[in-house]
Amino acid sequence: MPLTESLRNDILAAVPSLRAFAISLSGNGDRADDLVQETLLRALANIDSFQPGSNLPAWLFTILRNLFRSDYRKRRREVEDAEGSYAKTLKTQPSQNAHLEFEEFRAALDKLPQDQREALILVGASGFSYEDAAAICGCAVGTIKSRVNRARSKLSALLYVEGAEDFGPDDTVRAVIGGSGG
Amino acid sequence: MKDVKSKNAAPGKQGGLNAEIQSRIGHQLRAMYDDVVRQGVPERFAELIRKLDATEPNPHVGTTGEQDDGRS
Repeated sequence: MPLTESLRNDILAAVPSLRAFAISLSGNGDRADDLVQETLLRALANIDSFQPGSNLPAWLFTILRNLFRSDYRKRRREVEDAEGSYAKTLKTQPSQNAHLEFEEFRAALDKLPQDQREALILVGASGFSYEDAAAICGCAVGTIKSRVNRARSKLSALLYVEGAEDFGPDDTVRAVIGGSGG
Repeated sequence: MKDVKSKNAAPGKQGGLNAEIQSRIGHQLRAMYDDVVRQGVPERFAELIRKLDATEPNPHVGTTGEQDDGRS
């Protein structure tokens, strides 16, 4: 469809989530914004292929996801300071404790396989249905469900089980771990 | 390499632990994501979308990669 004023506004409205998705995927703010820019250019260039009434955010996320994956293949050998770069993108720095917890979470997220990370972000943070996430990733709904489950269980192992002694979980988690250990 | 499976293998033993931890993970994931969402639309993107118009083919597009998005 042509780029109407309302479509333009809808695309603009999707930009904040596109950035969040890009940063969550790449862990790097500058690279994420380049990805978003590239996504917008592609979307606007191919706007005729967008079906009116279909899910615009899902369409945009698909473009971004595909760009990221082709880009990722090119860059996989590069070593990146994901945590440091990400922290710079935050306008307000979290408090020290929150920041540490955040860094641990970010580091654990980066350890997930690509497929699992993107599935978890789409469903758990972007709020897409399993069906939409499957369409975005070009796979079956069951595959998305299984990736999300594996991502969650791996994160929980990394953050709260394996590292329990190292990180010192807070009292709530300690109590739960103690209580379930029987 | 840590063995995730063996830690999660005990059935019925970790229901409460799982629920608590999964809720924390969900919360952290959304907190990370929403931090960025709350930053809104940076001016560079607002300007980009304002300037581009479908009636004028944009000379900058179509030069970025070998892979098509499967939408054309």
